[in-house]
Amino acid sequence: MMDTERLLKFLGKKIVRFVILLIFVILLSFLLLDLSPINPVKTYISNVVISQAQIANLEAYWGVNEPITSKMANWLGNVLQGNLGTSLIFRVPVMDVILERFTASLVLMLSSWAFSGILGFLLGIVAGFKKDTIIDKAIKVYCYILQSAPTFWIALIILMVFSIYLGWFPTGLGVPIGTLSENVSFWDWLNRLILPMLTLSIVGVAQIALYTRDKLIYEMNSDYFLFAKARGESGWNLIKRHGIRNVLLPAITLQFLGFSELFGGAVLVEQIFTYPGIGQAAVSAGLRSDVPLLLGIVIFSAIFVYCGNLIADILYNFVDPRIKEGENNG
Amino acid sequence: MANSNNGPSIYNPFAKLNLRTKTLITIGLSVFILVIVVISSLFINSGDITTNFQAMNKPPSFEHFFGTDWMGRDMFTRTLKGLGLSVQIGAGASILSSLIAIVLSFIGSTNRFLDGVISWLVDLFLSIPHILLIILISISLGGGAFGVTVGVALTHWTSLTRVLRAEIKQIKTSDFVKLSERFGKSKLWIARKHILPLVTTQIIVGTILIFPHAIMHEASVTFLGFGLSPHEPAIGIILSESMKYLATGNWWLALFPGLSLLILVLLFDIAGENIKKILDPTSANE
Repeated sequence: MMDTERLLKFLGKKIVRFVILLIFVILLSFLLLDLSPINPVKTYISNVVISQAQIANLEAYWGVNEPITSKMANWLGNVLQGNLGTSLIFRVPVMDVILERFTASLVLMLSSWAFSGILGFLLGIVAGFKKDTIIDKAIKVYCYILQSAPTFWIALIILMVFSIYLGWFPTGLGVPIGTLSENVSFWDWLNRLILPMLTLSIVGVAQIALYTRDKLIYEMNSDYFLFAKARGESGWNLIKRHGIRNVLLPAITLQFLGFSELFGGAVLVEQIFTYPGIGQAAVSAGLRSDVPLLLGIVIFSAIFVYCGNLIADILYNFVDPRIKEGENNG
Repeated sequence: MANSNNGPSIYNPFAKLNLRTKTLITIGLSVFILVIVVISSLFINSGDITTNFQAMNKPPSFEHFFGTDWMGRDMFTRTLKGLGLSVQIGAGASILSSLIAIVLSFIGSTNRFLDGVISWLVDLFLSIPHILLIILISISLGGGAFGVTVGVALTHWTSLTRVLRAEIKQIKTSDFVKLSERFGKSKLWIARKHILPLVTTQIIVGTILIFPHAIMHEASVTFLGFGLSPHEPAIGIILSESMKYLATGNWWLALFPGLSLLILVLLFDIAGENIKKILDPTSANE
């Protein structure tokens, strides 16, 4: 088969494209932050009183007054060598901050991603199969409401109910105060993960469920579905053989395309539950003008989102038989 | 769908109406409520929201529907003002972004190279999570209403562009377009006669459906502290203030403003989906 060869060629093209894209992401975000009224020297010295000469020294050291082109070239050169600079608020290399925070976030994001995907798909199939019944309406109303609910508000409500009124979970902080990172038990950590994960899952269900429902109903109106019915197939078997097989792949593709929303949700949820992830770091970096950290996070978030898109693309182009056939023909 | 109308309840006043009338009523009602919210918020002066320390932290009552905050301000008035603000920013952002989407998707449909450029641009803007990009743009424009509006507009054109691009691509592979091409019709003729009529629905619905996202992203970014300034009664500000008072049991500070925002977003969604139903010929005659 030519498929492996095509896939490799496709991947190669995608990776080259991504490197170019990433360079532009870096340049774009750098440009945006350079246009901003942030003064890195002021952020760095914060409230320490230093002389005018020292400020001038710092400015010269960081190249504050150099033209934008050479600043960009310097930054890009450093990034390509893997040097993202030093975080101004954590005072450690940006790379260390990101690696630590991103691991925590990945656990949160991927667990809620999988959970919401499975739950959403099942709800969508049930709703589509039972179209226009009370079950369908209940699922639809639930999804519409959740889709319109601001993530951070859901997080606030969940925090209020489970942490403040019921007192089941701590109101915040990654681990109990005063615990060293190596002494954190799995349970402690899980305890902090549950509420943010629950929030992200609840919010993530809506889109996939509604999509699956609509897609299934669309398939159920198709001619081959009608033909299958005419042959005497019915019930769950009909859905399984003609519905799910057609709906599953687009649904998974859609779920992979949701990495960007997932990251956005994580930013909000982490902020509210003070979960020590990348999103929370991004917000503190933005609020406290930590330019190197913010740029580093942008780069890593872009890589994360791109992985999702790449997988979705592969599913779309190589696994879906309809698209494969279409491409060969035209 | 004949069997979907089985057993209409006589208690349901909507049962007598057909789907089209029902849809129109739904659209009318949701648009009516939205207009009421916007108009009434315009009549509220920020100065009217006075502090009243005799009525601090009051739970909801008939006098104060949404309760009062720690400065004795009426939360209902503040919420209403915030909703109006959200709609204004949402309107600006979604109109701007759908204009960008229309222009780009039609430019992209002219030839392969431009199509590549446009889809690359979409990829570029989609490659950074929306919230981060809005934060970046907002920071670079110095925050405030302007920063948020531009930030939201520059991040939300991608979905509509993708939809239009895919739609146009699909229409171009259809038999009637191929037939027209064989007949020697120009690209412009095909775009005008075959493509535009089929995507008008997508454009109108797309613009309305950007609204909810725009409003929500504005509120989120403001909540995180990158959007509107803290003295403006935006929903994001109200909710981020309420976080400090959650532990003391002032649940109404978070519940009602958030719920109103949810309802606002929901109304836009309902209006958009129903307009889609009316405009889409495949479902309009159900």
